[in-house]
Amino acid sequence: MTNTGRAVLRARGLSKVYRMGQVDVHALREVDLDLEGGELLVLLGASGSGKSTLLNILGGLDRPSGGTVHYLDEELTGLDDDDLTDYRRRHVGFVFQAYNLIPSLTARENVALITDISSNPMDPAEALGMVGLGDRVDHFPAQLSGGEQQRVAIARAVAKRPDILFCDEPTGALDVETGKKVLTVLDQVNRETGTTTAIITHNAAIARMADRVLHMSSGQIAEEVRNPSRASVEEIEW
Amino acid sequence: MVSPSFRALTWKLLRDLWHLRGQMFSIVLVVATGVMTVLTMRGGYESLLRSQAAYYSQTRFPDLWSSLERAPRSVESELEEIPGVSAVATRVNYMARLDLPGLNVPGMGLFISVPDHGAPELGGIVILSGRLPGAASTDEVVISRVFADARGLVLGDSVRAILNGRARDLRVVGTAVSPEHSYSVPPGALYPDDERYGVFWMRRGVLGPLYDMEGAFNEVVLDLAPGADVDVVTARVDAVLDPYGGRGAFPRADQFSHLVLQGELDQNRVMGTVIPAVFLSVAAFLLHIVLSRLISTQRTQIGVLKAFGYTDREVGRHYLAMAAVASGLGTVLGAGAGVWLGGAYVRMYGTYFNFPALNYDFSVTLLATASLVTLGSAALGALQGARSAARLPPAEAMRPEPPPSFEPGPFERLGLGRVLPAAGRMILRSLERRPVRALLSALGVAFSVAILVMGMFMFDGVTFMMDLQFRLAQREDLQVAFREPLDVVVRHELARMDGVTTVELYRNEPARLRAGHREREVGLQGFPMGSRLRRIVVDEDDIRPLPAEGLVLSQILAERLDVEVGDTVDVEFLEGRRAEVLVPIAAVVEDFIGVSAILDRDALDRLAGGPRTASGALLAVHAEARDRLLERIEEAPAVASVQSPAMTLETFQAQLADSLFIAVGFLLGFAGLIAVAVIYNGARISLSERGRELASLRVLGFRRQEVAVLLLGEQAVVTLLAIPAGWVLGYLFSLSVVDSVRTETYRVALVISPRTYMISAVITVAAAVASGWIVRRRIDHMDLVAVLKTRE
Ligand SMILES: Nc1ncnc2c1ncn2[C@@H]1O[C@H](COP(=O)(O)OP(=O)(O)OP(=O)(O)O)[C@@H](O)[C@H]1O
Ligand SMILES: [Mg+2]
Repeated sequence: MTNTGRAVLRARGLSKVYRMGQVDVHALREVDLDLEGGELLVLLGASGSGKSTLLNILGGLDRPSGGTVHYLDEELTGLDDDDLTDYRRRHVGFVFQAYNLIPSLTARENVALITDISSNPMDPAEALGMVGLGDRVDHFPAQLSGGEQQRVAIARAVAKRPDILFCDEPTGALDVETGKKVLTVLDQVNRETGTTTAIITHNAAIARMADRVLHMSSGQIAEEVRNPSRASVEEIEW
Repeated sequence: MVSPSFRALTWKLLRDLWHLRGQMFSIVLVVATGVMTVLTMRGGYESLLRSQAAYYSQTRFPDLWSSLERAPRSVESELEEIPGVSAVATRVNYMARLDLPGLNVPGMGLFISVPDHGAPELGGIVILSGRLPGAASTDEVVISRVFADARGLVLGDSVRAILNGRARDLRVVGTAVSPEHSYSVPPGALYPDDERYGVFWMRRGVLGPLYDMEGAFNEVVLDLAPGADVDVVTARVDAVLDPYGGRGAFPRADQFSHLVLQGELDQNRVMGTVIPAVFLSVAAFLLHIVLSRLISTQRTQIGVLKAFGYTDREVGRHYLAMAAVASGLGTVLGAGAGVWLGGAYVRMYGTYFNFPALNYDFSVTLLATASLVTLGSAALGALQGARSAARLPPAEAMRPEPPPSFEPGPFERLGLGRVLPAAGRMILRSLERRPVRALLSALGVAFSVAILVMGMFMFDGVTFMMDLQFRLAQREDLQVAFREPLDVVVRHELARMDGVTTVELYRNEPARLRAGHREREVGLQGFPMGSRLRRIVVDEDDIRPLPAEGLVLSQILAERLDVEVGDTVDVEFLEGRRAEVLVPIAAVVEDFIGVSAILDRDALDRLAGGPRTASGALLAVHAEARDRLLERIEEAPAVASVQSPAMTLETFQAQLADSLFIAVGFLLGFAGLIAVAVIYNGARISLSERGRELASLRVLGFRRQEVAVLLLGEQAVVTLLAIPAGWVLGYLFSLSVVDSVRTETYRVALVISPRTYMISAVITVAAAVASGWIVRRRIDHMDLVAVLKTRE
């Protein structure tokens, strides 16, 4: 168990309302959540249930309409833009649902873009090696398949050795084999470096590799399951 | 905090620049043109101003002039003692006839003395070749450069002059220029005539005795101490010289060459300020809108950078660098071209002004101003483009730009939508969704139209004035000048010639017009009462016959003499009985092509006295007989010259066409660039913003043509909207040019021909079509898979 049990991120009463003309869309309703240091958390839920919204707020990419988020003793919801940027820069790594690579940069440069501003990063080539792309470092995003782009995005996120890693459907576009490779990397990073990791997925099978699984529904956490033991990625079939 | 190297971000910058090279290139060229215009026109003007100052100080250009009958040199010390006078130089100067081969009319030389030893200290000359005359020699002269050039005279050649009735062969030992004679017009003429009129400098000890002026002078020039009151000194000088036939001292502001030069420089100043200011602001404007749009397409990338912890400042710096590269390259390119063209500009005007030395002075201040303006607007545009994305929470910035509430806009609600095809509705909605952007683009294109209008209107103005002059005022088909005044019976001889329908004799008398201390030598022209061939054109709707009494002066002449209708001028005839009379001014007309003074011929006969003679005739002839008559009359021994105003007009129009060609070529280039920069960039940016959408349409089976219509239709609408706006803007630009020029000695009528409006629209549309075509090719070669796989 890498889980230290201590909450690194603490969210209380989080809500998010999108105002769409006359209608209010409640993407999150009064969500309470603790992210424990070193744990691997999986978020499940139907499309539109608010998973991405929650992750974006925890990662400091977005602000809630109500409620608070604390990173250790620091209240993120009270930070100004500069301090929030600083929080992301020092502590957070992201893997986005849409890979969001910079098209004008090669795979290696996309990773370097982030390691350039990190204090203790991996070598970009090493990070790409970890995701099995050691031989594609000089390719541009347009020259890579969707799964390869996603793996570059993961290398980019882990290369900075973040304290918390947020992944929004990292395997959504991947075949089983590649998906496993990607999850193995995430699992390995979580175990070896104790990086607190939160993964959004539609694939319930993946939940078996987590310490804890949250089910979301209509902007609320409907169910929380703590796995007695984490399955290794190889054991998982889907 | 880490000190990041930004290596990867630098790569991104370089790759983006390369990727956007087409767009970058177009704005670099716009900036370059803006900067170049500043350095060429304003820099050229400032260089000319400095050359003028250097020339004036090198020759010690005087502050005050006075001519007089004759005064002994002892008066010099009286002048020197006047408070405020710091230096005095006296001279002897006479107009004399020259015996020049190959001329119908006698040549004239203005002979000016230089001191017996050394060079003149005040009112000096610059020797360009050869040397000053030898002190003791009696036949050596230095001649004006333009005269030497026009007549092909070289050192050692000789010129025969009739000095005080005695013919004398003078040997040319040098050529020179002097700011007092940078624009030298023979007495009675309107324009310089270098083949027939020159300035001669001779030693005083030689020239003086020839005119009985040993130990005396008939012209004095003075230098004033700093801070001296010109009016006070003038009055004192007049008082001293009055007993010696003083003609009234006048300051620099009334010195003819200086006046002309100053007028030209003023015009240069106006043009050198208005045009670069317009060009530079247009360049700045474009730089701003293009960069801000370009960068706002990188919205998602900005979101990613921010999500990973790049600060707003780092992101801002990244895009500022892009702006700096675009404006920096443009500035460097523009500075290079500007210095080069500035040199040509200075040489062109400097030659015309007869400056001894021509240097284009590179002005760091100007370059700094121009580059600050362009860099500033580039930076502002870049930051504005980046800010809208940076202001969003990264989560939102990374989402593709929200497809916001498309709803029927005002046009569609008016029912216009129903008549439009689906593509038309898409174009309309996309324009209505971003009205500000569409308006800014239209404004950019409108600038292109406006610059063309402004550039070409000047030719319209001149053409209009020429037309007014030749069609309405000066209506003869042939103008004949006689070698010597002839008896008026010559009228019958001319009238008998085949094809001649009307003959009007005129008389031309050289005279000096004086009002107060201002004076000007002109040819007074007398035309018959009720003349049909010469009329007074106040404007197109106000055409009057020549008044029976009083002078009609051209506006420019009236301004130089500082007189208006109702004032009187002192007319001193320069030939014959040399009568001196006071004549009222009956009318002042805008005479665009020269300086003239005309009056009723009978009145002129009365005033000048002597026999009733004719200096020439105006003829109206049948069109088909014109060329034949011209040749026949020219052969007559009594005839000095025959001119056809129509031919003058044709020559003028040919010259105009030449300069039109150059000017329009330049404007066309710049205006085209603006149109391309706006339209090409607009379409390219839309292409990258809507690439996925368009690619999806292609995948769904839309043809290239159909997709291109969607993208370029928007630009077409923008262009069409811009044209009328550009016409209005162009009219306003032209108005500002006319207004700023009008205060000087030169004027242009604000007339803009339909042709100008047409051409400006056609050129802009052509540039739009060309840019559309380039983008169209891009759509045709769009790699659908690649576009759908990544997004910018
Ligand atoms: N910018 C926005 N404006 C308006 N509504 C939004 C916005 N972003 C998300 N929503 C709405 O908020 C709700 C939650 O969205 P969210 O993206 O968190 O869902 P999700 O659980 O990640 O879904 P998926 O599994 O499809 O990614 C949805 O109903 C969505 O339509
Ligand atoms: Mg989602």
